[in-house]
Amino acid sequence: MQEKELIPYLYRTEFRKITAVLCRLFGIEHITIAEDIVGDTFLLAAETWGLKGIPANPAAWLYVVAKNKARDFLKRNTIFNEKVSPEVQYSAGESHEIEVDLSPTNINDSQLQMMFAICYPGIPPESQIGLSLRILCSFSIDEIADAFLTNKETINKRLYRAKEKLKQDKVKIEMPSGSEISDRIETVLTTLYLLFNEGYYSASRNTVLTKDLCLEAMRLTHMLTENKNTDKPEVNALLALMCFHASRFEARIDKNGELILYEDQDISLWNKELIKQGECYLNRAAKGDLISRYHLEAAIAYWHTAERDSPEKWEKVLSLYNRLLMVEYSPIAALNRTYALAKVYGNKAAIIEAEKLGLDHSHLYHILLGELYATVDTQKAIRHFTAASKLTKTSADRNVIRKKIDKLKK
Amino acid sequence: MNEFAMIFRNDFHPEAKYSPDEMQEIMKQWQAWMGGMAAKGQLANSGTRLGGDGKTVKPSAVVTNGPYAEIKEIITGVIVVKAGNIDAAAEIAKGCPILNFGGNVEVRDIIPMGAN
Repeated sequence: MQEKELIPYLYRTEFRKITAVLCRLFGIEHITIAEDIVGDTFLLAAETWGLKGIPANPAAWLYVVAKNKARDFLKRNTIFNEKVSPEVQYSAGESHEIEVDLSPTNINDSQLQMMFAICYPGIPPESQIGLSLRILCSFSIDEIADAFLTNKETINKRLYRAKEKLKQDKVKIEMPSGSEISDRIETVLTTLYLLFNEGYYSASRNTVLTKDLCLEAMRLTHMLTENKNTDKPEVNALLALMCFHASRFEARIDKNGELILYEDQDISLWNKELIKQGECYLNRAAKGDLISRYHLEAAIAYWHTAERDSPEKWEKVLSLYNRLLMVEYSPIAALNRTYALAKVYGNKAAIIEAEKLGLDHSHLYHILLGELYATVDTQKAIRHFTAASKLTKTSADRNVIRKKIDKLKK
Repeated sequence: MNEFAMIFRNDFHPEAKYSPDEMQEIMKQWQAWMGGMAAKGQLANSGTRLGGDGKTVKPSAVVTNGPYAEIKEIITGVIVVKAGNIDAAAEIAKGCPILNFGGNVEVRDIIPMGAN
């Protein structure tokens, strides 16, 4: 690998590892310093390697430099603390040889602990996702801004506020105890779920980046299944759900980055390997009494990987949406349930149900009614698609809707 | 929107057993009804199903088996729904599958916590 490709590659894989270890070593109040040290290390690598050539073991080189910088910081920080706070002077006599442990085990533990620290309910979900992308996934601020379709300043402010809040609330970087894990893991799973969705449903045109978001969410969820304390049924269910969705990566976007609807996809492009992995995680999820929303969503996604439109499939999907809605209402689930209802009981029955959903403000609601009326009442169908087009915010959606209206007018 | 409790009652026939297929059909109807309410944002609390085992505790620590000493009906479950008024709630109850299986639904208003 050439230096030009090597550094971005190492940045992606190593930035997060070193940063997590340093964060854990320094404590939650010094996240930014940990980031800066690792950032400086990469800057130095770019300068030095450009002049002297790439070292024999580039990752090890980065570790040594980062370790030295971390030790320098800790020494300076100790001296500073000792000057201002006399109570720590007792420890001054002790040796200050600080161990910066960059072993695979400690990297892994640090990343898991940082995951729990960042997925802290006291900061808003979009900040949890942003911080996860930065600290756990090595995303640059530019990339995060691109993924959220906003600018660098907004992201910097958001991350700054989140770090301040973590500091204020003295969030500890540690593994929650056995009984605490079940509660805390819910927040972690919500963040990972949103992180995946951010990539999967992103309006960003940068398809490589949005796919990376999904893959990172999967990598982090996979990390949880590898640890015996966090290898819970609902974690496996979430990973199964991600695998099933991800299996359609290649089939759902065309060459121009336009979304291809599920029913128009080329099945041969579905990734069989990921479907198989999803099934494997779904089996591992079938333990214990708890049926989480991830179990139900993964089961729905599983049926969508099966061949299309068998009566059994839609009966199962409808029943799963019924159960999902009982666990947790969401407008999307309500709309999807109605679509499944149409597949089982016909469009007329579904229209009666759909018109009681009370979601007139949603463009998806009008798309659904447009679809349901398409074979029943063309004029009404066109009216709903037109309403949807006015409500949607993305041009990609408007394109899809326009095609549907054109088809009806033929 | 106000909240109303729906109390489900059915004849108590411990000897009556449904076949697995019939059970599945009953479950399917319940899920469809509950899912339909949930989709419309009418389900405040999916409540709880009650089994046939029970004990009734009376003053002087008298404990009798079963909740159903003199009655033929038992309560089989409770949910909480959201509706504009009690008539609207009763309208929703008309779709309850228990009506197809010899049971009935009692709709009651809920007194908010803290009210006298």
